[in-house]
Amino acid sequence: MQASPPYRPRRRGIGWAQRLEIAALSGPAILMFVGFVIFPVLMAGYYGFYRWKGFGAPTDFVGLDNYVTILQDSLFHEALWHNGQIVVLSLVLQGPIAVGLALLLNQKMRGQSIIRILIFVPYVIAEVIVGTAWSLMLQTNGAVNDVLRSIGLGWLAEDWLANPQLAIWTLMLILTWKYVGFAVILFLAGMQNIPEELSEAAAVDGASYWQTQWRITLPLLGPTIRIWAFLSIIGALQLFDLVYIIWGQYVASTAGTSTMATYMVTEGRNAGNYGYGNAVAVVLFVISMIIALVYQRFVLRRDTEGALTGGR
Amino acid sequence: MARPTPSRQGNPIVYVGALMLIGLMLGPVIYIIIGGFRTNSQITTDPAALPDPWVFGNYTDVLTSDVFWRQVGNSTIAALATTIGVVVLGVMASYVLARYKFRGRGAMYALFAAGLMFPATVAITPLYILVKNLGLVNTLPGVILPQIAFGLPTTIIILVPFLQAIPKEIEEAAAIDRCSRLGFFWRMVLPLSVPGLITTGILAFIGSWNSYLLPLFILNDQDGFTLPLGVQAFASQYSVDTAKVLAFTSLSMIPALVFFSLFERRIVGGLTGAVKG
Repeated sequence: MQASPPYRPRRRGIGWAQRLEIAALSGPAILMFVGFVIFPVLMAGYYGFYRWKGFGAPTDFVGLDNYVTILQDSLFHEALWHNGQIVVLSLVLQGPIAVGLALLLNQKMRGQSIIRILIFVPYVIAEVIVGTAWSLMLQTNGAVNDVLRSIGLGWLAEDWLANPQLAIWTLMLILTWKYVGFAVILFLAGMQNIPEELSEAAAVDGASYWQTQWRITLPLLGPTIRIWAFLSIIGALQLFDLVYIIWGQYVASTAGTSTMATYMVTEGRNAGNYGYGNAVAVVLFVISMIIALVYQRFVLRRDTEGALTGGR
Repeated sequence: MARPTPSRQGNPIVYVGALMLIGLMLGPVIYIIIGGFRTNSQITTDPAALPDPWVFGNYTDVLTSDVFWRQVGNSTIAALATTIGVVVLGVMASYVLARYKFRGRGAMYALFAAGLMFPATVAITPLYILVKNLGLVNTLPGVILPQIAFGLPTTIIILVPFLQAIPKEIEEAAAIDRCSRLGFFWRMVLPLSVPGLITTGILAFIGSWNSYLLPLFILNDQDGFTLPLGVQAFASQYSVDTAKVLAFTSLSMIPALVFFSLFERRIVGGLTGAVKG
């Protein structure tokens, strides 16, 4: 390796030795990423034009038929509608709850660090475990209804999982329980970056606690909230595990909790229609991408010059 | 610092709120663990009560079964291999992104950052076909390789700021001591970035340990199941034996919980760094 002074401005490009280093260091990661992330997504676009059972090379070219079927299938419409509800309800339910909890936990109090660990526990537990546990507890004769009866609220006991009017709310309850800790941790981290002098100055000026939070903490927490909302939207659009585990492949649509991803797996792989499944994947990808780009363009732009738009 | 507002310390309402919160968050987890110490008839007659008497048979049954340990083994191999792959490839690529100046650097960063938007869900169907064509269905590498690829974006997003924060002066000093850039990477960057590597490693480990969709597609053979698939298979196979299902479930969540509580500070710190941007 040449021992050139590291600070010379390299206007004339870089030497071959450095090129080699760059290639050797970043090559494996790029290969893996392109091979197992980018390439499959592109192949989905290709397979989506075929009627194909997954054996041999696809031969039965059907053009846009798969897409026409998807866009006309009422089961897909329902799944899309559920995804929409989940996106909105996740933001509306988890956002305020998480801000409230973060404010609560941002107070100076004993045992703060242990509480922060505990609130994160549901987030760390596998979806399968969460799904198994909640579906046991929410059965008609399960623990939740039993507790309700024993504290005299028996009239509240319900068929939480099968009642189509209720199931989506049950799902939201479980989702909130599982993922609110992640939002709280992010918000707490954001709050810790707000200089303490600001709230002290506000207190000197006679602002109440709530005024301070409303006028200082919340606005300064904006960037963190917007990033969290982005992650939440993307997660909600691609929701699969919990729905599939709790409601299974057949019940989800009758209970009103199916999502685009469960539709994709049920109608694609489980039905053996790989061409169709790939077309659904493309639709899911396009919808997620449009929403992500719009969100980045109009909401995130000012916050993430560094984090998501390349180079700091 | 000494501000006489009631919110400063010891406000009882805050403690009550915090306690209720902990109860809500831990309730279901405690239900799983305690439920494993009961019998099925106890659970049927009184779904939400304490064990009376405590039975240990469910846990010992699970702990002495081959199936459980085989799945623990599969999950451990998959999680360790994924973690090593993600961290090694991730730190190499992050070093390039953080400390080299070259054309295409922005594009490379954008490529990985875009991956952050798309969890494996979107690509699962074609990914399955790819893995099948590679002849890796029903093998752990068929799960591990895609998991490494999908773990790279998070790892790189967290590590790049970390590596950028290493002072330029250290690099200059290394250059004066005739240390090549690769030598600098090996002798200075790696040791200095251990905290960041731990953060990303733990995230990758927990992600793999909990991963469901990818193994569901790739592993169809009971012998190859990882724990999440095992939990579900167990739950449907022994659907009448609720107590044993609860015991199986609670044992399978221990490793992720232990790892998380050991490194909680680092994980939260890493996430914070990534979000600050």
